[in-house]
Amino acid sequence: MKTQLHFTFFVLLIVLAGVLVAPVLAQGQPPTDDDVNAVARQLYCPVCENTPLDVCPTQACAQWRDLIRSMLAEGKNEAEIKQYFVDNYGARVLNEPPREGLNWLVYIVPPLVILVGAVILVRTLRTWKKPQVVPQVESPRAEAPVDDYVARLEEEVRKKN
Amino acid sequence: MTAATEEPPIRRGVPLWVQIIIWIGLLGLLVLVGITLNKREQGTVQPGDVIPDFTLPLFSGYEYAGQSGIKLSDLSGRVVVLNFWASWCKPCEQEAAELQEAWKYYEPTGQVVFLGADYVDTEPEARVYLQKYGITFPNGPDMGTRISQLFRIQGVPETYFIDKTGVLRYVQVGPFSSLEQIQAQIDLLLSE
Repeated sequence: MKTQLHFTFFVLLIVLAGVLVAPVLAQGQPPTDDDVNAVARQLYCPVCENTPLDVCPTQACAQWRDLIRSMLAEGKNEAEIKQYFVDNYGARVLNEPPREGLNWLVYIVPPLVILVGAVILVRTLRTWKKPQVVPQVESPRAEAPVDDYVARLEEEVRKKN
Repeated sequence: MTAATEEPPIRRGVPLWVQIIIWIGLLGLLVLVGITLNKREQGTVQPGDVIPDFTLPLFSGYEYAGQSGIKLSDLSGRVVVLNFWASWCKPCEQEAAELQEAWKYYEPTGQVVFLGADYVDTEPEARVYLQKYGITFPNGPDMGTRISQLFRIQGVPETYFIDKTGVLRYVQVGPFSSLEQIQAQIDLLLSE
């Protein structure tokens, strides 16, 4: 019984030590390609238009990815790296325009246009009506005579006129 | 007896004030798009344009007059040769030696200043490039591409010759073919 307790305690101690040491070991590991691409994906090549940095094949882009790798290894976080790129290469390297100044139009105008369009569409659809069947109103002359006498009388009147 | 005619239903359109706001908004957007397109169509700055003042921060070891940054306005009275380059730019390598040679030729006169603006580059690679070609004239990064946007450059290399009064006089798009080509432009400006 005592031996079992000692054994259990020993195992727990080892597990605890592993849990405490593991994060320290992880910090010492260099950034992986996935870590680099996770940041590079949010940046555009400053030279090649509309090419995300993680897929850009040029030498310059490879240099920038190496730069991201070294900054990650230094312990810089994603926000700091992105800010560095903005400071050096301008806001156009970001995959999303910064939410400031006239850039707000990019975020506001499209949903606003869609909303206005939807309102106009709904209003237009509501004003559409099914064609109504209007009952035809027959003229008095076209009416079939209800009474034979009345019909003969009308004919006589017509002849005289 | 006639069937009663039905009155047409009252149409409810978009209120007038909403229409006005929508049209004003659309007009504003069109104006913005027009301004942006107009800017893009302008191309690079042209000879005859007065160059607005700017500050180029300099790499350590490439200072000018002990300053770690250089303002264009501080160079008034001198001819300025501003060269945009990058370490990843192959054509830039074709003219690097000629530019350095021209700088060595004119530096003792004190009348001409060569400036190198490193365009969207990384400092380690930029330094390797500068050392590889033995470049000694003031060089620094174009932070945030502010200076290149001022000149509306189309690519690298591009070189701008600014006269003693701050007016742009000549633009070289692409690498120089010879030292004489650089000297021809500078001598013209010095003779004025």
